[in-house]
Amino acid sequence: VCIHRVRSCSSIRFIKSKYVCVFDKSALKFSHQQRLFRTSAVSCGQIVQFKLSDIGEGITEVTVKEWYIKEGDSVSQFDSICEVQSDKASVTITSRYDGIIRKLHYNLDEIAYVGKPLVDIEIDASKGVAPEEDVVETPPMSHEEHTHQEIKGHKTLATPAVRRLAMENNIKLSEVVGTGKDNRILKEDILNYLAKQTGAILPPSPKAEIIPPLPKSETVPAAPKDKARKIPVPVSRPIVFSGKDKTEPITGFHKAMVKTMSAALKIPHFGYCDEIDLTQLVRLREELKPIAQIRGVKLSFMPFFMKAASLGLLQYPILNASLDESCQNVTYKASHNIGVAMDTEQGLIVPNVKNVQVCSVFEIASELNRLQSLGSAGQLGTNELTGGTFTLSNIGTIGGTYAKPVILPPEVAIGALGKIQVLPRFNGKGEVFKAQIMNVSWSADHRIIDGATMARFSNLWKSYLENPASMLLDLK
Amino acid sequence: MVLQSSLKNCLQLSCILRTPKAGFKSTTSGGLIIQSVSNDVYQNLAVEDWIHDHVNLENRQVLFLWRNSPAVVIGRHQNPWQECNLRLLRQKNIKLARRRSGGGTVYHDLGNINLTFFTTRKKYERMENLKLVVKALKALRPQLDVHVTDRYDILLDRQYKISGTAAKLGRTVAYHHCTLLCNADKFVLSSVLKSPYKGLKSNATPSVPASVKNLFEEDPSLTCELLLDAIAEEYATQHQIDHRITLINPADETVLPGINNKTKELQTWDWVYGKTPKFSISTCFNMVYKDSVLDVKVDMDVKHGRIEVCNIDLPEQWLPPALWSELEKSLTGSKFCPNETTTLATTLLRVCPQDDELHSRWNLLCENMIMLM
Repeated sequence: VCIHRVRSCSSIRFIKSKYVCVFDKSALKFSHQQRLFRTSAVSCGQIVQFKLSDIGEGITEVTVKEWYIKEGDSVSQFDSICEVQSDKASVTITSRYDGIIRKLHYNLDEIAYVGKPLVDIEIDASKGVAPEEDVVETPPMSHEEHTHQEIKGHKTLATPAVRRLAMENNIKLSEVVGTGKDNRILKEDILNYLAKQTGAILPPSPKAEIIPPLPKSETVPAAPKDKARKIPVPVSRPIVFSGKDKTEPITGFHKAMVKTMSAALKIPHFGYCDEIDLTQLVRLREELKPIAQIRGVKLSFMPFFMKAASLGLLQYPILNASLDESCQNVTYKASHNIGVAMDTEQGLIVPNVKNVQVCSVFEIASELNRLQSLGSAGQLGTNELTGGTFTLSNIGTIGGTYAKPVILPPEVAIGALGKIQVLPRFNGKGEVFKAQIMNVSWSADHRIIDGATMARFSNLWKSYLENPASMLLDLK
Repeated sequence: MVLQSSLKNCLQLSCILRTPKAGFKSTTSGGLIIQSVSNDVYQNLAVEDWIHDHVNLENRQVLFLWRNSPAVVIGRHQNPWQECNLRLLRQKNIKLARRRSGGGTVYHDLGNINLTFFTTRKKYERMENLKLVVKALKALRPQLDVHVTDRYDILLDRQYKISGTAAKLGRTVAYHHCTLLCNADKFVLSSVLKSPYKGLKSNATPSVPASVKNLFEEDPSLTCELLLDAIAEEYATQHQIDHRITLINPADETVLPGINNKTKELQTWDWVYGKTPKFSISTCFNMVYKDSVLDVKVDMDVKHGRIEVCNIDLPEQWLPPALWSELEKSLTGSKFCPNETTTLATTLLRVCPQDDELHSRWNLLCENMIMLM
């Protein structure tokens, strides 16, 4: 075994390592005698001035318009470095080297010259020409950890390439369980160890791939040979996940939402839910849809829900009120400006239809159409988005049955409408029939609204919708 | 006459585009002419990106012909607020796109044709391409007085600009594209390309305005189709290739794998607006409220399309100071965008004292702020 290892050692000589292997007596035990490595610690790389290459057409100067990197970033060959512009031509300058950016020679909007240095790149020492002298320096972790390699009295075996991989990732070989022959630590073991640590697999760098051809016995995969001494390790395929957490500040609209919702949750909410049989309303809408169509308006269920709510609010005006900050006064709002929650790219917006109490169902539908098209074009104005007194949220268009909607201050009540489902129900004669059922979930401000009021309002609203003809009696 | 091919050639195209080194000798050695079947500006710009990224142009050049439904296209490093009337664009539903090449702002509609010449970076030669176009025009209508200027414009009658140019150079590939006005709506063109926004200070590339004319006005028998044919024919002759135009569908992932992602990227707010170089606005406006006129001064710094710094100077006590500083704070970090500002402002209003007077003042101020965007 020893002889094999010496041979493989010498073939590694051509591979440049990032860290030094300390020249030490303990190292000698594993026949590293002849091996010397170059270190690429802080500033030993070669700094190359990357010049701006020829743009063509005899152009000599360009303006730097955007930097894609900053000083200290590492770049690979072909990565974009910056965007320059010359006379209507935009040019992407890509890196010719792998390395770390050490200096940007120009600021934004400055003129850069063809043939002159654009950036300074510190090239990886390992890519450079083989150095004259070897530097002996302590690597970040004590060499003892890497070279001693003893677990509980057993000497740990690992190939030089595996040892380098461990060193590069600051892993103590003593903590890695080897699954190879004689508890040898294999490359997979290091990778598994890493995967457990960070939840990600580090793609092996091209250099690490240059593993010298090992004698066959060492390339046997992790099948436990010696069961008695082997610690059972789940041999799993490395999980490939290269996602990273991303933190961004909350800005703009979301900041405003945070404020609103924090205020909303200061309101003591109570909920009340019910089930509405819309079978008759569905039929009515089918009849009225074409008539509305001829007049150029798309008729959904919402106008009916809103009109019924308004009729209910006439009987229970406390639900269309506002409580002042000090909770001293309640203002009963005269207008029923009923808001409809819309989901847009920005987030939740709630435009409202003004004065529903004096609008016909058709007029409400028409206004809703207008608000919806403005909403999707992102052109709703402040007038449409302010002054609401009561809100209906049609979450059912997305899905769901019951909800616990949050009241939007300065309002005191809100209703969330679930989706309409076809369900079996019993009629008066005890027969099962197909019913169109929708669930409604109300939330109200318990400081000024009690359960009974909410229940009565909901029942009234429900009765209007379950018997649309009854709305005719009370329509204003 | 150049023939228009269909599906058969689309398949051929996909072979060429996917295995560029396969060495197609017969019809495509030396050059390829393709035409988009779409009028969507984002899809067509995505095709340019795709060809730039995926096609090996070592021994081949490509000519791409395309037309767009109404859109304003700004250059890579330009400022849309400086270049066009964004309010008008939104009203008229005209799209705004930012291309990857440099240069100035142009208006596209179906009366304008776009030509993109793809070559390797070494063979990048704009003058040659424009001379080809002029030669094609003269072959079609010898009496046309068209010539190329040293600014890479094509002028009609030594006066009117009928074509503008821009280019993009990558590591190994370059493309040069230009417009050609055949029968575009000049009225819309001049109104959308006039910016109403005052007080902008920026290092973004400015456009150079020019008087334009349609070729149609010079010769009513000219149509976009005729022009496209003539240019394709001239290109085919010069590159010694078949007189055949291959139709390409910019939504087809099988022919252009990955194209839909490119199209989406070009439509994102972060690309269209967010890539605007840092700029500042220093302006003032008058607000008429009840019987008085108020002077409001606004200073803002906008970076990556977002408001970095926001200062609003109002007459004292017109709005409660707490509310006014709340507005400034909320605007900081938000997009310089009327939609976002409206939603932000109206949402904030919910947590203010419920006072009609206050609300109408707030709304008035916000409406005016939005006019700046």
